[in-house]
Amino acid sequence: MTENAHLETDGLAVDHHFENADQQYQSAKLGMWVFLATEILFFGGLFVAYSVYRLNHPEVFIFGHHFLDKSLGALNTVILICSSLTAAWAVRAAQLKQIRMLKGMLLLTMLFAFGFLGVKAVEYNSKWKHGLLWAREYHPHVDHEEASEILITKEDFETGAEEGVVEDVTALQKVGDGVLAETETVLIEEAPAAAPAAEANRSTIAPAAEGPPGLATQGTEESSEKVIEVEPANAQTFFSIYFLMTGLHGIHVLGGIGAFMWLYLSARRGYFSTGHFTRVDMVALYWHVVDLIWIYLFLLLYLIE
Amino acid sequence: MSAHEQSFVHIASVRLLLIVWVALIFGTWLTVSASNVDLGFLNIWIGLAIATGKAVLVALYYMHLRWDKPFNAFVFLSAFFFLFLFIGFAMMDTAQYQIDLIPGYSPGMGG
Repeated sequence: MTENAHLETDGLAVDHHFENADQQYQSAKLGMWVFLATEILFFGGLFVAYSVYRLNHPEVFIFGHHFLDKSLGALNTVILICSSLTAAWAVRAAQLKQIRMLKGMLLLTMLFAFGFLGVKAVEYNSKWKHGLLWAREYHPHVDHEEASEILITKEDFETGAEEGVVEDVTALQKVGDGVLAETETVLIEEAPAAAPAAEANRSTIAPAAEGPPGLATQGTEESSEKVIEVEPANAQTFFSIYFLMTGLHGIHVLGGIGAFMWLYLSARRGYFSTGHFTRVDMVALYWHVVDLIWIYLFLLLYLIE
Repeated sequence: MSAHEQSFVHIASVRLLLIVWVALIFGTWLTVSASNVDLGFLNIWIGLAIATGKAVLVALYYMHLRWDKPFNAFVFLSAFFFLFLFIGFAMMDTAQYQIDLIPGYSPGMGG
């Protein structure tokens, strides 16, 4: 499996403070691993916030995850795994000086990365339109363009209504997920009266290790027709954590695209024809960590039950 | 410089890359399916176990840790060790402030 014999490091540029090309390569790699360790700890703070909030307020996470589209999250996971494959393949191509293959793999990786951000943009847009944002910006509502069509009552929905109305609902479902449409209508109906009440309730609701009773049993699973759950206090916390974690991850994806662009331009200039694959290797290592973090984000944010 | 000094440089075969890719896709399918089955508190642990399995595959094969100098793996794993300490102590701390820690005594509830 090891094709070490093919590697020719003779004649590579070695900076004056290194013994040889191998030492130079190993030093770069060690530096990269230290950087990746700091990246894990960088995200670590957010994982701690997640753990502590979820331990104290599981109901907020159970409520919030209904607004995330599991299939879009899964799609993005698959996209990132594919990009990891092409990134690893790019390293192989660079090691073997297969420049055309290298360029192709770098382009594919960038394509997947843009695909990931595209899906993320669709998701963010749907949250934005419905006011499902962080902290003080959390104002769940039906957005203005849709409002006139969507202002149907729960009874309309359940009795089937006229065909036109039903079509409108399915149209909205395509935006985010089905649950979104149904909950929104209910939130709208209750909003003016319920707001002060919710404020008053806040202090009396137990942080409850076991969660407020009833939440778990109320219309989960099968009954997609029914309204899912009563909104718990501080539901905005979920969206604060969601946006912070996926946002920081998204910034890393953007950085990755920039790095791959740099590699591609280097490849075009013929930089890798000399057998200098260190740059590709380092960027790929970074990219795999971005993938690793997403594997956990997908599980912890989208797949709560 | 001779080839034997390159002992830590490893070139992954295309076959290996593809096998790992299939395993990762399968793992994703498994995570999603597992999340649809209600196993109570076990759900999160099963999910974390599968995710960690995927992470190990990526680290060992795509990130070449399996053939890398062990010190690099040590550096990377140390991050997870400190993360474990960070999360562990934070959880232990917050567990001491649970409202129902002492049964029947909940001063924070305001009667």
